Amino acid sequence: MIVIDGLTKRYGGHTAVDHVSFTARPGRVTGFLGPNGAGKSTTLRVLAGLTPATSGSATVLGRPYHRLPNPGREIGVLLDASAQHAGRTGREVLRVATLTMGLPRTRVDEMLDLVGLTQDEASRRIRDYSLGMRQRLGLAHALLGDPGVLVLDEPANGLDPAGIRWMRDLLAGYAADGGTVLLSSHLLHEIEVVADDIVVIGRGRIVAGGTKEELLAGSGTLVRCAEPGLLAEALSGAGHHVERVDAGDATAGLRTDADPTAAGLVALAAGLALTELRADDGAGLEEMFLQLTADTQRETTTPATSPSPTRPTAGAAA
Amino acid sequence: MSATSSTLTTATGRAGAVAGHRTAPPAIGFGRLLVVEARKMVDTRAGAWLVIAIAVASVLASVAVIAWAPEEMVDYSSFATAVGIPMAIILPVIAILSVTSEFSQRTGLATFTLVPHRGRVVAAKLVDALAVGVLGMVVAAGVGAIGNLVGAAVVGVDPVWDVSLAEFSAIVLGNVLGVLVGFMLATLLRSTAAAMVAYLVYGYVLVGLTTVLAAAQPWFADAQPWVDFNYHQGNLFEGFPATGEGWAQLGVTAAAWLVLPLALGLWRLGRAEVK
Repeated sequence: MIVIDGLTKRYGGHTAVDHVSFTARPGRVTGFLGPNGAGKSTTLRVLAGLTPATSGSATVLGRPYHRLPNPGREIGVLLDASAQHAGRTGREVLRVATLTMGLPRTRVDEMLDLVGLTQDEASRRIRDYSLGMRQRLGLAHALLGDPGVLVLDEPANGLDPAGIRWMRDLLAGYAADGGTVLLSSHLLHEIEVVADDIVVIGRGRIVAGGTKEELLAGSGTLVRCAEPGLLAEALSGAGHHVERVDAGDATAGLRTDADPTAAGLVALAAGLALTELRADDGAGLEEMFLQLTADTQRETTTPATSPSPTRPTAGAAA
Repeated sequence: MSATSSTLTTATGRAGAVAGHRTAPPAIGFGRLLVVEARKMVDTRAGAWLVIAIAVASVLASVAVIAWAPEEMVDYSSFATAVGIPMAIILPVIAILSVTSEFSQRTGLATFTLVPHRGRVVAAKLVDALAVGVLGMVVAAGVGAIGNLVGAAVVGVDPVWDVSLAEFSAIVLGNVLGVLVGFMLATLLRSTAAAMVAYLVYGYVLVGLTTVLAAAQPWFADAQPWVDFNYHQGNLFEGFPATGEGWAQLGVTAAAWLVLPLALGLWRLGRAEVK
């Protein structure tokens, strides 16, 4: 269980994290979604006690991080897989961690097996590791102490598709066993496929949060037929809001706030044959996320719409 | 990597932990931190090479004394110095890397999440660095003794034991102060490159400059004992200060050049953001 409550972190005049509150619950994977520089990593660093909060609090299992007597045994943290000594072997990194946590030496090989690093790979120095191997080692490091809570910052970076699938299954299994998982990503799809709960952050503020079903549902229905103009009239005549998915392409269909059953009945009453009728899954979330991303990605926006130019670049706070 | 077939069963026990059946793990003791931080000083490629460099330099220096030193200089102090000087140069580097690698190599992210008390971690590093400073000189004394015995036998003279316990203690203190200077620069700068350059400038370039300055400017020659910490630290390798004034000068310069900056470095390190 992780509880973030009113967390704020300011750097001089810049507010990196602004009154962020959310909870990551046991038995569930909580996805922490936001564009680069939105404040995800800062929030996680405050949670792990690496950065002091300006105000607000973050607790793990009911306690501030620094009050955990042996944190690695209760919470596994992977904030940056590249943050390991280039001149140390992978096995030695795990060995040092087992020594710190007071774990038996056998735990190292168990974790190497679990994350799929061979003995030969574990004997290499980390300077020779690919990013994917570093992610696996970082996950092994986080899981060493058999913690009940996992916090991972962009764990899929550098993994190949099979590796991403493997990580997803591992995290789902971990949560199914009763573990609490909080993972961050700047990719909507990545969060969508693994998370049970989603928290969206943009420019330091929580902009949406809830179960995946809540966030993906309720965004309306997508309908398509040969005569979209007539259908649009019928739907708005029945009191529903209608808009074209793509104003320039009449065949792209319509989006309405009516649920699929109501939309189908309206079409039937109007004598129109539908070619497509489905819940418009996630369009709302995706649009909101794209909006957030567009706001922070200067290279794709015109200067006129770019927010306060004095802010540091997106990467600085990531 | 054949990871896709990995099972989750290896991570059993978590459910119990989550349900609260497992008691809270005991806190991490300081003794454990001492072991971990000592291990981290030598388990990297850089750490291993520094130890190898000390061993190689010690052997070469001892051989050089046997091969080239005039007969009357084949004594214990020659061998102990030959082994001790490479150590006195390299041991502070081990102390520097112990601190700066947490930031330059970013291992602090893992170190300080496993032990969220920087003061304890840095205290363990400091104690280990002091132990390295003392043990290094003990090892140098031992290797030097072997060199002295072998050297005397090779040259065909009786071994000469010309280092008193007091002189050895002074050398240990000098070496420990050198290690502490490295540690101080590391906490202050938190960057391997910057701390290494500062160490070389402070320990070697500055010594040359102050020596020249003292020779050229009488006013500096007068003031030097009260302002130059290097001067006193170097003199410790020849023995303890002879007078109470000498001790006072050592204390004053150490406070200004070592204790104050170290306090500032530790204070800043406690607040530095680990990224």
